[in-house]
Amino acid sequence: MPERRTCEVRELGRIGYAEALALQQQFAEERKRGEGVDRLLLLEHPHVITLGRNGHAENLLAGDEILERAGIGFFPTDRGGDVTYHGPGQLVGYPILDLKLWKRDVGAYVRAVEQTIIDTLGDYGIEAGRIPKLTGVWVGGSKIAAIGVHLSRWVTSHGFALNVSTDLHYFQYIVPCGLTKPVTSMAALGVDRTVEEVGRNLAVHFGRRFDCEITELIYD
Amino acid sequence: MTDVVMPQMGESIVEGTLTKWLKKAGQHVERDEPLFEISTDKVDTEIPSPAAGVVSEVLVEEGKTVGINTVVARIQEGDGAGAPAANVSATQAPAPTPAPAAVSVPAPAPPPPAPAVEAPAPAPEPSGPISPLVRKMARENNLDLSAVKGTGAGGRITKQDVEAYLAQSAPARVAPAPPQPAAAAPVASIPAPQALPPLPAAGTAKTRVEPLSTMRSKIAEHMVLSKRTSAHVTTIHRVDMTEVAKVRERSKAAFQANYGLPLTYLPFVTRAAAVALRHYPLLNASLDGNNILYHNEVNIGIAVALENGLIVPVIRNADEKNVLGLQRAIVDLAARARSRQLKPDEVAGGTFSITNFGSFGSMVGTPIINQPQVAILGVGTVDKTPVVVNDAIAIRSICHLSLSFDHRLIDGALADQFVSKLKSVLEGWAEEVL
Repeated sequence: MPERRTCEVRELGRIGYAEALALQQQFAEERKRGEGVDRLLLLEHPHVITLGRNGHAENLLAGDEILERAGIGFFPTDRGGDVTYHGPGQLVGYPILDLKLWKRDVGAYVRAVEQTIIDTLGDYGIEAGRIPKLTGVWVGGSKIAAIGVHLSRWVTSHGFALNVSTDLHYFQYIVPCGLTKPVTSMAALGVDRTVEEVGRNLAVHFGRRFDCEITELIYD
Repeated sequence: MTDVVMPQMGESIVEGTLTKWLKKAGQHVERDEPLFEISTDKVDTEIPSPAAGVVSEVLVEEGKTVGINTVVARIQEGDGAGAPAANVSATQAPAPTPAPAAVSVPAPAPPPPAPAVEAPAPAPEPSGPISPLVRKMARENNLDLSAVKGTGAGGRITKQDVEAYLAQSAPARVAPAPPQPAAAAPVASIPAPQALPPLPAAGTAKTRVEPLSTMRSKIAEHMVLSKRTSAHVTTIHRVDMTEVAKVRERSKAAFQANYGLPLTYLPFVTRAAAVALRHYPLLNASLDGNNILYHNEVNIGIAVALENGLIVPVIRNADEKNVLGLQRAIVDLAARARSRQLKPDEVAGGTFSITNFGSFGSMVGTPIINQPQVAILGVGTVDKTPVVVNDAIAIRSICHLSLSFDHRLIDGALADQFVSKLKSVLEGWAEEVL
């Protein structure tokens, strides 16, 4: 029988950044040893600002005290990309995939993640697209989804963040991805849906785009 | 001496930024140990060392962007010079044009041919870009965008501009022919008995929209795929389960007492199916293009109904299990399916499936084949029924078995021989020890 790769979707709900990071690392290590399955973690973070490995701290506009007062955590991480904000109303996806089994091509990977998000937004009548050289997903000139990936032995971690009903005011604390371009969300475009629902739709598109069988067997 | 090069991370990727050295010159590194990190297109990657030895030279400093295959370091292998040049790789790429500006956004690529792979990007409008959203709003409102004044960056027309324009000119605009037959709002004032019933207003809809769960949409996809793939035919046989019913009655209490397991009809049918599958291996096969794949294992999937879905966990090597083993597997898989604790490989690799709709009161069904298998057995209710036996009317435990098979591969004669075999195993049940 032609075996299709499977990808297990885990809906983790609202989960702290550090906790999710530990889970990602555990799954990625497992995958690097050639164990386990490809996974797509779908979740929401509490308010947090993260800085990519090549990020510029100057793109963080608020000082520690301001962030603390606003109840926003701060994490430097090992993903690609610059500074970004995560918070309630934002669908965060962390695919832990072994690209050796798909394509050994980071460009193709990032484009496929973008396309998954574009396809998902299309379901809601939002025409999203790319801007050359500016990784992410854009609606008009505004960024609706950010992407930042870490790769080790062709196993991916970190991923994307799609603004579903994110309170966009929180982006004032940063220059998202080091770009002075506006951000937007599905809600700001008049599409009022839950993170959970959008996540489920996205999982289906993800399966198609990465040609894998989506399973949702294991819940935590 | 081994050259360490900027690796090729993908077809369209012609360069990478070296973001961090994890080893310094003079340090020892193991083969496959992370040596440096690079950044390409929002992806940070750890690059393992191609050889074990001492980092003798670091040629590219952190923050520099270089073309792929550029030598970034050299490694002096473990015990010195003698080692053959292990890494022949590098057809030296054009000199490492240092990135002029920012690190995070890779500098415009040097010459190499990339365009073919370039992802389709929305082409920016030549005369002042118009966002898809604005374009959509304009289309929906029959609006000529040249009349709208843009206040965005570089005179761009924003959503707010369109809204402002619409609000301002609303009264003046000619009604842009609504798609639905005049949804005349003030119906109340004009009593028109002949009028069409008013369309439901958007808010008070009579339908509720709910997106499919991942599982539901996968089931939907699979069912349609199966119908499209296989030439489904269903044959139905009446099977006398009286012998099995007797054995079951005798052993039921002992099963519960000894194993804590119920004893249902399903493991008997599964056992009989496994025997029949060994007898007729074509029913335990798949069709792959112009080839028949005969599976050497008999792995029987058992359909389990979930709250809003269905899953078919697989009993591996079902032909090697007795009734006890099958009953235990069925109970275990069903329980774990319902608590969503199955592992992915427990739902893969089935070679035949059984669906027990009898447990929901159905007598006969026409199940859909679980691809890429070629047949599925549906088990109906077991009912005491008056039947003619030796010209007398007798009360027997009767069950209907429905076999849906793929007529591309299996003809009716074979399908009926298969079910007859199954039937004869059940009707003449001989195994006293379950």
